[in-house]
Amino acid sequence: MEPINIMIVGVGGQGTLLASRVIGAAAVSSKLDCKVSEVHGMSQRGGSVVTYCRVGGRIFSPLVEKGHADVLLCFERLEALRWSGFLRRGGLLILNDERIDPMPVIAGAQSYPGGIIEALQAGGAQVTAIDAAAIADECGDRRAANTVLLGVLASKGIAGIARETWEEAVCGIVPAKALEINKKAFQKGYERGSGQ
Amino acid sequence: MQCLLLGNEAVAFGARDAGVTVASAYPGTPSTEITETIAKFDEVYSEWAPNEKVAVETAIGASFAGARAICAMKHVGLNVAADPLFTVSYTGVNGGLCIVVADDPGMHSSQNEQDSRFYARSAHILMLEPSDSQECYDFTRLAFELSERFDTPVLLRLTTRVAHARSVVALREKEQYLLKDYKKDMAKYVMVPANAIARHVVVEKRDALLREYAETAPLNRVERGQGKACVVSSGISYQYVKEAFPDADVLKLGVVYPLPEELLKDFAAQAKKLIVAEELEPYIETHCRAIGIETLGKARLTLQGELTPAMLRERFADILPAGEAPQAVSAVTAEPAPPRPPALCAGCPHRGAFYVLGKLKLHVMGDIGCYTLGAMPPSSAIDACVCMGASIGMVHGMDKARGAQFAAKTVAVLGDSTFIHSGITGLIDIVYNKGVSTVIILDNSITGMTGHQQNPATGITIKGEKTRQIDLKKLCEAVGVERVRVCDPFDLKDFEKVVLEETAAAEPSVIIAQRPCILLKGVRRAAPCYIDREKCKKCMSCLRLGCPAIVRKPEGPSINESMCVGCGLCARLCAFGAICGRGE
Ligand SMILES: Cc1ncc(C[n+]2csc(CCOP(=O)(O)OP(=O)(O)O)c2C)c(N)n1
Repeated sequence: MEPINIMIVGVGGQGTLLASRVIGAAAVSSKLDCKVSEVHGMSQRGGSVVTYCRVGGRIFSPLVEKGHADVLLCFERLEALRWSGFLRRGGLLILNDERIDPMPVIAGAQSYPGGIIEALQAGGAQVTAIDAAAIADECGDRRAANTVLLGVLASKGIAGIARETWEEAVCGIVPAKALEINKKAFQKGYERGSGQ
Repeated sequence: MQCLLLGNEAVAFGARDAGVTVASAYPGTPSTEITETIAKFDEVYSEWAPNEKVAVETAIGASFAGARAICAMKHVGLNVAADPLFTVSYTGVNGGLCIVVADDPGMHSSQNEQDSRFYARSAHILMLEPSDSQECYDFTRLAFELSERFDTPVLLRLTTRVAHARSVVALREKEQYLLKDYKKDMAKYVMVPANAIARHVVVEKRDALLREYAETAPLNRVERGQGKACVVSSGISYQYVKEAFPDADVLKLGVVYPLPEELLKDFAAQAKKLIVAEELEPYIETHCRAIGIETLGKARLTLQGELTPAMLRERFADILPAGEAPQAVSAVTAEPAPPRPPALCAGCPHRGAFYVLGKLKLHVMGDIGCYTLGAMPPSSAIDACVCMGASIGMVHGMDKARGAQFAAKTVAVLGDSTFIHSGITGLIDIVYNKGVSTVIILDNSITGMTGHQQNPATGITIKGEKTRQIDLKKLCEAVGVERVRVCDPFDLKDFEKVVLEETAAAEPSVIIAQRPCILLKGVRRAAPCYIDREKCKKCMSCLRLGCPAIVRKPEGPSINESMCVGCGLCARLCAFGAICGRGE
């Protein structure tokens, strides 16, 4: 099998690292090879952040190349646009449909592009857009938005990893006191992703 | 046991399982998690040192005392620690000593992209370079054995993509390591000329033994492909080579100092031209050429940034024809995607200081930390930034070059951790040499940039224990600064007044701007602020704070509730009282 390439993109501070740790844990307990490349340091201060995850097969490079991503898990709309060139044509783009203005927009030097979702679709991405924060809010805490997105991801049958394995991975990584909320958030995401 | 570990975590586990009992370090991306992970092991004494030089010296002491010791830092940290590094090469070790250095090609979080391999070469220190987390673990364990076997410190070189990538690691049984005996041995450890001359001879002999070791070490291995091309590589570049050229013959080097000669010659003999794939400097390539091997490398690659498999495929397509590149999504919007540079967090205490400095149009000698972001628009309030601690030396030099009038418009700005790391010596220079400069210490009670490490000014150790807290005010007074002011950078009026007074004073002064990092646990956040549309005159002053929570809307500035932490800085700034919030 060829590795499945997943990229997680967002804004520093959005909790993308937790998502990649869940993917890693799910891969390892499925006895799949896995490499995850994270960003720490400077760009975490509200900058554009990307995490590369590769699962299955025999993996050498921990990074995903342009045009090689099978899935782009996007925590923010503009970041989805920025990194979309990494996604292969026909690849899956899971989008948390949130807008966070970057400094040049705040300062009024540039504007936040409109029509991003349409452009992504026209450009060959298969888009699933959800308001993950609102769904997480329904489950009891907005901060579980990343778990909602993981639920959507899991529903897409990534690398043959079973639903229970994903759930165990989520439970193993989120803080114990937020367990129930995250279980619910995962389930909601899973349902949304599989069109239930 | 199989687990998915960061390269940095794997180094920490490797150190633990090699029986390391002392770890000293100063944080620096991408090396920080090594020591943070070690700090979780009860059986290892660990600490944050004030800087890398002290960290290496502490590790040296532990090694002389018979323990296995480790010390980790980022590439520029090794510059700070270079002094002990070169001489511990002469003394050698007692307990195994491993110095980890993490380079940052591409400058994800650094001010330059120097190549640490040259340190190994010039200091004659064995250097190993892992290419994934398993090798991080294995090479770290091996480093301690080799250190003792060859009586040498060992450098372990990582790069960002190895340090910060997770991959699967199988841990092995922990070694029971007993402290070695301590014997006074002046000829070995007292580096006065007479002894050092003799030790230099030992270093040369050791080098010969290490070269021999490098010829046959299992860390250097040939992986046979289909003979279509021969590539030499190491570290992360090796992974890119395997990804780009699955059919090539590859010589993977795990020992990068000393480099083998015979092994390289034998390998090259099968190829018309040897491809050398390495990031940054042509370190391996220069060695190959020096021993008469023709190479293809930097002439086609780059000294800058990181390699990628795509770059390798493209640049060597004449030798190894590449398959077709996949079709990528191409999404185009009417407006281009604006960049998203990092910014000071909403509620960051540094924002108040930079607002005032920008307003006063001072020449600001900056330094390295979160506050370097003060250089970003809209405040753009920094004139120069070179390395940790440099702000103080620079402000002093400016004063001496351009005189008192200029000095009255010039300040140095640096953080608490940076001041202790290497700012204090600069301050002594100012006092001693009759300078008149003003130094602003932005004391946010933590080492912020690298992800919240304790430091001597926080009064808490790496293990979270209370300890004696350095009093910055007393420290500055003790070196002879008579004007030391402590103030709150969010009290904009007062802060401005203090800055004006201190820059005007014709003597050295220090302003300690005290307010804790908003991300610290226990720092109170308040309800978000909001804008009273009736009172707002749309003057846009609040946008000049560069707060990520204040955005420009058609109806005027607006506050993003989910981001605002209610620090109230904008409310204090607004001349029309249009921003409301409970503040604190
Ligand atoms: C010699 C050296 N060591 C380590 C680093 C990594 N580093 C960058 S900024 C920083 C500390 C900043 O802390 P502080 O001065 O307290 O400022 P803050 O980020 O909290 O505002 C460190 C350790 C470096 N750039 N250079």
